[in-house]
Amino acid sequence: MTTTTERASIIPAVRPTVPAELPTVVERTLPSGLRVLVVARTSVPLVELRLRIPFTGLGTDFAAQAELLAETLFTGTAKRDRVEIATAVQALGGSLSTGVDADRLAVVGSALATNLDPLLGILAEVLTEASYPDDEFSGERDRVVEDATMALSQPAVIAREALLRRMFPGHPYGSVVAEPAVLAGVGVGAVRDLHTARISPRGAILTLVGDVDPAAALDAVEAALGGWSGGEPEVMPAVPALATGPILIVNRPGAVQTNIRLGGAALDRHDPGYPTQRLANTIFGGYFSSRLVDNIREDKGYTYSPRSSVDHYLAGSRFTAAADVATDVTGPALLEIFYELGRMAVLAPESEELEAARQYSVGTMALGSATAAGLASTLSGLAGAGIGVEYLRDHPAALTKVTAEDVLAVSAGLLAPTRLVTVLVGDAEKITGAVAALGAVTTAVIDQPTAS
Amino acid sequence: MSSRTGTGPTVSATMTPSLPSPAYPLEKARLDNGLRVVLAPDATAPVVAIAVHYDVGFRSEPEGRTGFAHLFEHMMFQGSENVGKAEHPKYVQAAGGIFNGSTHPDHTDYYELLPAGALELALFLEADRMRAPKITRENLDNQIAVVQEEIRVNVMNRPYGGFPWITLPPVAFDTFPNAHNGYGDFSELEAASLDDAEDFFEKFYAPGNAVLTVAGDFAADDAMKLVERYFGDIAARAVPERRSFAEPVRSDERRGDLVDRLAPRPALAIGYRVPDPDADLSAFLAHYLLTDVLTSGDASRLERRLVQTDRSVIGVSSYVGTFGDPFDQRDPLLLTVEARHPAESPADGILAAIDEELDRVATDGLADGELERIRARVASGLLREADDALGRALAFGAFELHRGRPETLNELPALLSEVTGDDVAAAAAALRAQGRSVLELKAGAAS
Repeated sequence: MTTTTERASIIPAVRPTVPAELPTVVERTLPSGLRVLVVARTSVPLVELRLRIPFTGLGTDFAAQAELLAETLFTGTAKRDRVEIATAVQALGGSLSTGVDADRLAVVGSALATNLDPLLGILAEVLTEASYPDDEFSGERDRVVEDATMALSQPAVIAREALLRRMFPGHPYGSVVAEPAVLAGVGVGAVRDLHTARISPRGAILTLVGDVDPAAALDAVEAALGGWSGGEPEVMPAVPALATGPILIVNRPGAVQTNIRLGGAALDRHDPGYPTQRLANTIFGGYFSSRLVDNIREDKGYTYSPRSSVDHYLAGSRFTAAADVATDVTGPALLEIFYELGRMAVLAPESEELEAARQYSVGTMALGSATAAGLASTLSGLAGAGIGVEYLRDHPAALTKVTAEDVLAVSAGLLAPTRLVTVLVGDAEKITGAVAALGAVTTAVIDQPTAS
Repeated sequence: MSSRTGTGPTVSATMTPSLPSPAYPLEKARLDNGLRVVLAPDATAPVVAIAVHYDVGFRSEPEGRTGFAHLFEHMMFQGSENVGKAEHPKYVQAAGGIFNGSTHPDHTDYYELLPAGALELALFLEADRMRAPKITRENLDNQIAVVQEEIRVNVMNRPYGGFPWITLPPVAFDTFPNAHNGYGDFSELEAASLDDAEDFFEKFYAPGNAVLTVAGDFAADDAMKLVERYFGDIAARAVPERRSFAEPVRSDERRGDLVDRLAPRPALAIGYRVPDPDADLSAFLAHYLLTDVLTSGDASRLERRLVQTDRSVIGVSSYVGTFGDPFDQRDPLLLTVEARHPAESPADGILAAIDEELDRVATDGLADGELERIRARVASGLLREADDALGRALAFGAFELHRGRPETLNELPALLSEVTGDDVAAAAAALRAQGRSVLELKAGAAS
């Protein structure tokens, strides 16, 4: 930002903050292959639990089975029914929930720290003895089909699905929401088989952060989960090379806004250019002080929440930019987005912009690990990518070395509009004219979800 | 000079073996201009959170200017005496921090979470705009357009947009403050003038109508000096009398419906009045616990009945308060039960099942262990939220603003442990005894 000398003297300086000490991670790998990470953190008398199990698989049937497995994992075991499991978890001041994506199945939980042992006991019981009772499964399947139908009516979901399909055709990354019709066809036997084959400690990582003694916690994990065993995980196929092409307009007649989405390939976290990429994305659209927000929100008023991000998955990282704009400014908004992308790709950023993005990235990393829950999620995500806790020290250090020329070089590969796929969800009749002035256009209709 | 009181940094934990409580030390002060100050130092992590709560929300906005409280919140980011348009976010973010503001029924809050070394900067920025935001016609027009896009993305362009927070109040309430749309009507937003903004600021943004909260890694004495330095010379202004928005609890049921042309499945919302938390906190907390009895997890009453047994809904939830926070608004407020359901399971059957389950709680009380496990879950949830310095600052600020007792955050587990099974049964009976408000959303895009 520009400030006069006079103003600079009024605005208080920021004192350097002494960074938090690097958390001490105590680690053990059980004979079964389960890797366990524990951090003692005494700020609140709770323990946070994150378990990630590799869960790669091909095809829409696999994705639907995985979704239903995650939704019904806690509906019964050899010893307890669904309500008994939930009652036991709640009595620990606890929670356990599941989620699945193309990379992993995650169990996320917490409890009063004094209840770690029984929490691990329930987790072990579910992992080794989940029974998927017929009646619970069929009821949940019907509900999940309806849930997916409702999700697919949200314009943000329609836009994400259309973008991913364009970016990753035929790859598991090409969709996030399983199709209702495919979900409806999944039988309980397939889910039980999937559990046997894939709910395995091989390659799985359990992260515990909280008011616990690490050595005792490791022993407790070994005692509870030592008997859990299974086979090797599958390997995710490489993502297809990105094929750009015409701007895709997904027609949503009557829409009062257009959901603009752009996507492309990004560097992974092991790449030497990764710290630079983080700052390039931040400057473009990764925070409120970015060029994208300045232009199409604060200057033009086209949109409420324009943004960009880099997201990392095991088989490839991706860049995404998003803005939901009024239908009648779709063309002008897209023009400004292309302009800002192109400006990043051909001109180095100002030093003040780079400095602000650097301080923001370093500072918000520290904010993210300031709570037990935040630290647990961060460490679990890093561990899943084979990255250790030293990242919390080394990545900020790497960010301090990035130059404006580095940002230009990375942006030329990451942000050039010619390297991105563009998808618009909106009223094709009203927006195609203006959009076609900016590039070749192809139009699609929304896939109507078909529930049985 | 300011008066200053504190519980001191060594306040003892009100721990019981079954229900641990937060025990954050607190200091309170009041500046001569009336600004209330809450300091909650805690050195767990090198971060600091600053929150300013103003005692005005969308229930206080004038007729003909729906949405103005929220629009004004946007204008507080558009510059002030020493800070240019959109520079507030830039200063905060270039210091490594995050920020936002939000408009509630009875207050508007502004907050930052930053590395500890940025405390002075954040206090400066909040003081600069408390002294006076700089509002121009150009910036007002820009933010009217931004707010309209916010409403399009959250309400008009999506299924279930604004359901039920915008659409249930006109069924449940009769008076403008309680019943109107807090996001605002487009034509009324467009009619907003610079004079409106000046009047609104003059009336509601006086220092005596605000609470400043600082939580995190700082020394209380140092922070208090900075607060005096930056906020102390803001001139005192008249503080508006707190209005009552009271409406009688109805004895007759009232129903409404709407067609959502984008929704593939119908939905149902039921609003019940709950006791005034200022008049009867114990009864209010019993209603709060009742929502966990009803819809918290697979062992809760309505999950079991509607999802697992009847299979009449796709999902069900219940909560106290417009946005699900029971402690961020004053009377009158609602306990809402919300469900989405397949078209073939009609609303009346779901309503009858909910009545039966409420009657069961009212008549038979809770099962053995049910209250204990729900209290344990609620207590650990409170601890989890309080582990975040920003969550702490927002909670302390709201408790000070609405109840004059920021300590309530520390005291909640103990207060909850005093709620008995009979109290929860009485809450269920109270819901059945009143005239509820029912809103049916018809699916206009059923496949």
